[in-house]
Amino acid sequence: MMENARRKFLKVAGISALGLSLGTKSVLNVFASADESADRRGKKTAAEITENKKALKAKHWGMVIDTRRLRTVGDLKPLIDVCHKIHNVPKFENSLHEIKWIWEDEYKHVFPTMESEYLADSIKHIPFLLLCNQCQNPPCVRACPTKATFQREDGIVMMDFHRCIGCRFCMAACPYGSRSFNFVDPRTGLDESGIFNEFPTRMKGVVEKCNFCAERLDVGKMPACVEASNGAIAFGDLEDPESDVRKLLKENFTIRRKQELGTEPSVYYIV
Amino acid sequence: MNDKSRIIAGLIIFLIVVTFPFWYNMGKAAPAPETKLTDKAKQAKNCIQPTEYMRVGHMQLLNVWRNEVVRDGKRTYVNQSGKDFNMSLSNTCMDCHSNKAEFCDKCHDYTSTAPYCWDCHVYPKESK
Repeated sequence: MMENARRKFLKVAGISALGLSLGTKSVLNVFASADESADRRGKKTAAEITENKKALKAKHWGMVIDTRRLRTVGDLKPLIDVCHKIHNVPKFENSLHEIKWIWEDEYKHVFPTMESEYLADSIKHIPFLLLCNQCQNPPCVRACPTKATFQREDGIVMMDFHRCIGCRFCMAACPYGSRSFNFVDPRTGLDESGIFNEFPTRMKGVVEKCNFCAERLDVGKMPACVEASNGAIAFGDLEDPESDVRKLLKENFTIRRKQELGTEPSVYYIV
Repeated sequence: MNDKSRIIAGLIIFLIVVTFPFWYNMGKAAPAPETKLTDKAKQAKNCIQPTEYMRVGHMQLLNVWRNEVVRDGKRTYVNQSGKDFNMSLSNTCMDCHSNKAEFCDKCHDYTSTAPYCWDCHVYPKESK
C-alpha cells in the first residue's frame, strides 16, 4: 500500500513537471512572438543614426587668433556680425539684456593679470576678439546641475538648450564672462526677417554661448569667424603636431586668458 | 432614520451635479482631425518611416534626434531603405511639412498637447 502511494506520487509529479515546463515555454513563445510583431509594425526599426560623412574631426579643437592682423574694431566687426547672424544672437538696447557669443575688449580687461602700466602701445589700445575659450578643464561643466552644458569628445563645450533650467551656475563659474542669460524672449531682439532658418533661436530663461560652430564642423565647414577672418584666425587639432594651429604655436609666442586658473583654454592669442 | 427621504434626495442631487459634465456633453465629442499634407509632402509619398509609425512615434523619434544631434554630433539618419536625411526639425521635417497650422497644430490642439519645439526652432511662414 505504502509503495503504491509513493509510485503514484512520483508519476503525478513527473507529469506535472513536464506539463509545467511545456506550459512555460509556450508562454515565453507568446511573449517572443509579440516582440516580433511589434518589430513588424515598425516599433523597432533598423534605421541607423550616423555622423555626416563630411564632418570635420579632431581630438581637441583649438584656435589661434593673430592679433597682429586684427588691429581695429573694423577688422573685428565682420567676424562678430557673421557669427551673430548665423546663430540668431539677438540685439538689445538695454545692456543688461545683452547676449554675446563673440565680442571685443581691451587688453587690461582681457588679460587682467598680465597688465602693466608701461605696456607697449601696439597692444594697449587695440581691441581683442573674445569668445568662449572652450576650456579643456571647463568650470562651467562642473557647475551645471543638469549636464545641459557638457564637453564633447573633441573638446568643444556645448550647450544643450533643451536641458538648461536657467540656474546660471555656469555663468558664475565661467571666469571669462563668455556666457549670456536670456532675461527676455530673444526673438524680440531679432528682426523677424533676419532670423536664420538653419539654426534655432533660444527661449527666455536659458544660458547661451559660443559653440565653436559645432553645427558647422559636423557638416564639414570651418567656424564662421575663422572663414571670415581671411586667415587671421587659425583653427585645428591641438593634438595633431602637423596641424596649422600647432605650427603657429610652435613659431609664435602666444598667451591665453587667465592661464593661472587652470581651466586650460583652447583659444590662443599671438600678440 | 427619520431623515431618510431627505438623505436620498440629497444623494440624487449630488449624483446629478457630479455627473453633469458627462451627460451634458454626451454625443458632442469633437471629431478627430484630419491632417492636411502639403503638395511637397504628397509628392514625396513616403515620410522617413511608414505613416503609421510616424503618427504614433514621431515624438520619440524627435527626442532621439535631438539627443543624438546635440550631444553626440550625429546628424544623419539612414532609414531602412538606405535613404539618408539631415536630422533637423526645422530643415528636414518642416521642409516638407511646411504647414504647421494644418499639420502639427491641429492634432496637438485636439489632444491638448503643447510641445515647446517652436519656442526656439523656426518654422516656415505660412502664406494665407
